[in-house]
Amino acid sequence: MLEQIDLSTVNWARAQFALTAMYHWLFVPLTLGLTFLCAFFETIYVKTGKEEWKELTKFWMKLFGINFAIGVATGIILEFEFGTNWANYSWMVGDIFGAPLAIEGIVAFFLEATFFAVMFFGWNRVSKGFHLLSTWMVAIGSNLSALWILVANGWMQFPTGMAFNPDTARFEMQNFFDVVLSPYAISKFTHATTSGFALSSFFVIAISSYYLARRRHVKMAKRSIAVASVFGLIASLMVAFTGDEAAFIDGKHQPMKLAAMEGLWDGQKNAPVVAFGIVNGMKEPGDFQDPFVVEFKIPGLLSLLANRQAGSFVPGINDLVFGNKDYNITGVTDMIKKGKRAVKYLAEYKAAKKAGDLTKASNALALFNQYKDFLGYGHLDSPKEAVPPVSITFYSFHIMAAVGTGMIIIFLLYLFFTAKGTIERNTWLYPIGILFFVLAYIAGEAGWVVAEVGRQPWAIQGLLPVKVARTDIAPVNVKLTFFMFLITFTLLLIAEVKIMLKQIQIGPKEVK
Amino acid sequence: MIGSLDLATLQKLWWLLGSVVGSLFLFLTFVQGGQTLIWQLGKNETEKSLIINSIGRKWELTFTTLVLFGGALFAAFPKFYATSFGGAYWVWIAILFTFIVQAVSFEYRKKPENLFGPTVYEAFLFINGVVGILLIGTAVGTFFTGSNFVLNEYNLVKWTTPWRGLEAAQNIFNVSLGIFLVLNARVLGALYLLNNIDFSGMDAFKTRTRNAVLSNFVASLPFLLIVLIGLLTMDGFNIDPATGIVSMMPFKYLKNLIEMPIVLIILLTGLGLVIFAVYSARFQNKDSGIWFAGLGTVLVGLAVFFTAGYNHTPFYPSKADLQSSLTIFNASSSHYTLTAMTYVALIIPVVLAYIAYVWKQMDSKKLKAQELEGPEASENY
Repeated sequence: MLEQIDLSTVNWARAQFALTAMYHWLFVPLTLGLTFLCAFFETIYVKTGKEEWKELTKFWMKLFGINFAIGVATGIILEFEFGTNWANYSWMVGDIFGAPLAIEGIVAFFLEATFFAVMFFGWNRVSKGFHLLSTWMVAIGSNLSALWILVANGWMQFPTGMAFNPDTARFEMQNFFDVVLSPYAISKFTHATTSGFALSSFFVIAISSYYLARRRHVKMAKRSIAVASVFGLIASLMVAFTGDEAAFIDGKHQPMKLAAMEGLWDGQKNAPVVAFGIVNGMKEPGDFQDPFVVEFKIPGLLSLLANRQAGSFVPGINDLVFGNKDYNITGVTDMIKKGKRAVKYLAEYKAAKKAGDLTKASNALALFNQYKDFLGYGHLDSPKEAVPPVSITFYSFHIMAAVGTGMIIIFLLYLFFTAKGTIERNTWLYPIGILFFVLAYIAGEAGWVVAEVGRQPWAIQGLLPVKVARTDIAPVNVKLTFFMFLITFTLLLIAEVKIMLKQIQIGPKEVK
Repeated sequence: MIGSLDLATLQKLWWLLGSVVGSLFLFLTFVQGGQTLIWQLGKNETEKSLIINSIGRKWELTFTTLVLFGGALFAAFPKFYATSFGGAYWVWIAILFTFIVQAVSFEYRKKPENLFGPTVYEAFLFINGVVGILLIGTAVGTFFTGSNFVLNEYNLVKWTTPWRGLEAAQNIFNVSLGIFLVLNARVLGALYLLNNIDFSGMDAFKTRTRNAVLSNFVASLPFLLIVLIGLLTMDGFNIDPATGIVSMMPFKYLKNLIEMPIVLIILLTGLGLVIFAVYSARFQNKDSGIWFAGLGTVLVGLAVFFTAGYNHTPFYPSKADLQSSLTIFNASSSHYTLTAMTYVALIIPVVLAYIAYVWKQMDSKKLKAQELEGPEASENY
């Protein structure tokens, strides 16, 4: 399809996407959750009429605003990056992928943009009730925007509701609801947003713990912790529940990702989860090296996670690469062969059509249709290419899962001591609360690494590898923009953190 | 009813919707225009703060409209999205860059410990207002003057110059359109400030703002003239409706206006409204000019987009290979997707209604200098 494939352009484009997405995800989870927390706080203010709750709301809103601005700044790049760095992708799947992005703009961004101004500057311009409504609208708008972009991402993981059109050489949508209601769309949305709620709860808990440790704003801090620990506990339980669902659908639709997450090279019945392990980074498909340098396994757990059936078979990387007749698994090796035929017949169809030879064209098309499901594999050069980086995927998954489990315990502790009224005496908990705020960030980023690195080499799972999806452009351009964004985002992040720390130091206004 | 629309109707409808969003964006560039007036009109901290807080409550609306313009084009005309963003790479990157620095500047400018100090953030706003809008205008100019790309049989883009879109800045028509949009944004910005700020006790500030309306309009006239003369006299890209073959045609865009008289009327009405707004603001001391100039800008924008895309005209033509040119018919999404998106678009009136309602709620009282001082000062931009 492409005459020459310039790997360095695709790698710079991938690096740029990773950079911008990971920067964006520093700000988005806080936006998703903090806006709901602000809405809770303001609801309590409107219900009770107490000025203290208003000042508390305004304080968290101020921090929200600082974070929101840089979230917007990093977000615009992500949307347009699909065009600038992934032009072939934009054409080949734009018919499906563009829709959720446009819907995001229509139904979500305008809610945020319109009501944001009321939230910040409308205290004396609109009624109390309308102000509260506006805050809720910003919360709903932010989360709706997450919904649509995650529908888009879910479709990249599990492409559905579409068909390839050989005349336009692109995938075209066949069923909008299949795209929107796909299990991946739902799983991505619930898992990512609830993880944002949990992180935001830790943000509030960490800052409030800092105030308690310093004996400043004690009443406000305790109130904030009370609300945030309840929200955080519910959210973190949801994260665990939706995470289990994510692993289950990975087992069905992205078995290679699941195998990489657990470093499972040879499929087995009663497959274990590796609770702790050091991956042998040198291992390649088909060799006889040990997959782990050190490992501590929990037998049978992966079978349960992947199939919800004790003792069931979970395919490993080698089964997926070379195939496994016993379990009816077609290997990548086989799929590449079929894919090459699809590529060849598509080219023949195109050439015949151009030449006006209709018989030849229809013959070529019939042959293409036999192999079209493997078109994406036709662009791979070796089966090894279909294996994602195992170490990165494995470690990211395990860090995420470990932190996710820890979060539940910490939220429980904060809630327990708040309910007992002894949160002020249990000062030992504060540094742990602050630490978990940082860990929640790491877990969130690690989660995206699992989701995206774990499905390499695919831009669209099984259909479109990243090396075909990229723009035809000299690497120097993408390299230059990579560093432009790196420098700009880093400087803006430093500015954001400094401003944030200063505002935390100033603290909320005390009501006399 | 929507389900029974044929593909060509949907393609025309989505070019219309895209044109509306693009034209509304041009109106909302009063924010960018205002950003370039901060130093010129604001002679002290209070005046500067008034300007920034006035337009600062609308910046996200402009930003979001730009994002939607991109998103709508992606969904409706993905080939344009792929060809232009991937092809004219550096123009879009430069535009986006000015919007990144804009997004943080209102919020961070006055906050303590902001790393750069307020002047740098004001400079970011200035750059966004000048460079951002100039390049957007230049990019729109290529809808008429053409770009340098070839599409292969898989519809994948290859750009034929290493300048990746920056070469558009060599064309006087493109650049004039860009400069005109910058100056028009400044006219709109000054008009918006006149309408939005309570100038009581600040007569000199108000006079300066009124004068800026006229001076920027006068400065824009030569560029408007170049654009209009260029548009009416240049050879344009034409699609043969029978064969679909694209060729050059003398006076193509003049012909479009004559063959679509409604577009000509829209264009002239739009220009007339802008002139009326400038006149009423400067010579009749009226403060409502923004509404006339705003509507006028929207109408001019619509006329420009309609001339570019309707009447058998490729809206994103290629100079390098005429047959690679993008038309609303060959660049669009499938029938199914356009239909689905049209159902979604039914929500747009609701969106416009709540934006208008909130706008009215927030701006019914003019912005006073006193609001920006006192105990609540730190809650403003």
